[in-house]
Amino acid sequence: MIETAFTPWQSLGGGVLIGLASTLLMLVIGRVMGATGILAGVFAPASIADASWRIAVLLGMVTGPAVYWLATGGMPEITVPVSTPMLLIGGFIVGIGVTYASGCTSGHGVCGLARLSPRSFAATLTFMATTAATVFVVRHVIGG
Amino acid sequence: MHLILVYLIGVIFGTGIVISGMANPAKVINFFDVAGSWDPSLAFVMGGALIVAGIGYRLVFGRARPLFEGKFMLPTARNLDARLIGGSAVFGIGWGIAGFCPGGALPALGTGRWEVIAFAAAMLAGIFAARSLQSLSRPKPATT
Repeated sequence: MIETAFTPWQSLGGGVLIGLASTLLMLVIGRVMGATGILAGVFAPASIADASWRIAVLLGMVTGPAVYWLATGGMPEITVPVSTPMLLIGGFIVGIGVTYASGCTSGHGVCGLARLSPRSFAATLTFMATTAATVFVVRHVIGG
Repeated sequence: MHLILVYLIGVIFGTGIVISGMANPAKVINFFDVAGSWDPSLAFVMGGALIVAGIGYRLVFGRARPLFEGKFMLPTARNLDARLIGGSAVFGIGWGIAGFCPGGALPALGTGRWEVIAFAAAMLAGIFAARSLQSLSRPKPATT
């Protein structure tokens, strides 16, 4: 188990930026800032214009670490406390789940909750519960 | 022109994600590990994002339409069906195993870390697998 520092202000600040980006994407092109939907739509775009805005958002997203580096002089901390097979299995399961759920933490958990969507409330409660249950089983039942 | 704005919105989102800790699996898993090395930081991410997007969306939806599109493109589904709940439950299991969600992993790709690339590749495989399953189960239009 790896301890991580409690970072309320940094996390709040990051959250404010996530909320700001979600608001601005709705204001500018009327779209939901959901990572799953934006990514999946790239592979089946409705038009060239549809593919363009998705690719523009994604390119912006991957620029995030560079902005962080410019501001702080270091790369954001990424510590992966699980084995490579777990990372790959988890990734595959995430891909299946978000496709059926039509959204993930950003689409349902932020944008959906912000517009008081009942589907997003149900989705968010469900995945928060199964994530917590999975972490408990992996760390305290299997991992012991 | 508006694609530059959309790109910058992606930058804001990606920067917010990496600042917040959502791109750090150790922090994500610790948020859910209430019984172990609990780190409540991510509640502040969700809180900050929801306050800003909640107020922001109310202001934006006061407009007749977005700045560069004819209308707001919002999800139209209303029913709480098995796909939504089951998909969300599955997503949570994957998130708990790997510690990355799509919105956390995509900006983290900008760090060039192999763990993120491996997760994203596995997630894409899951997305494609689920999409093929969905197109198989969807009734095909009758051909004559």
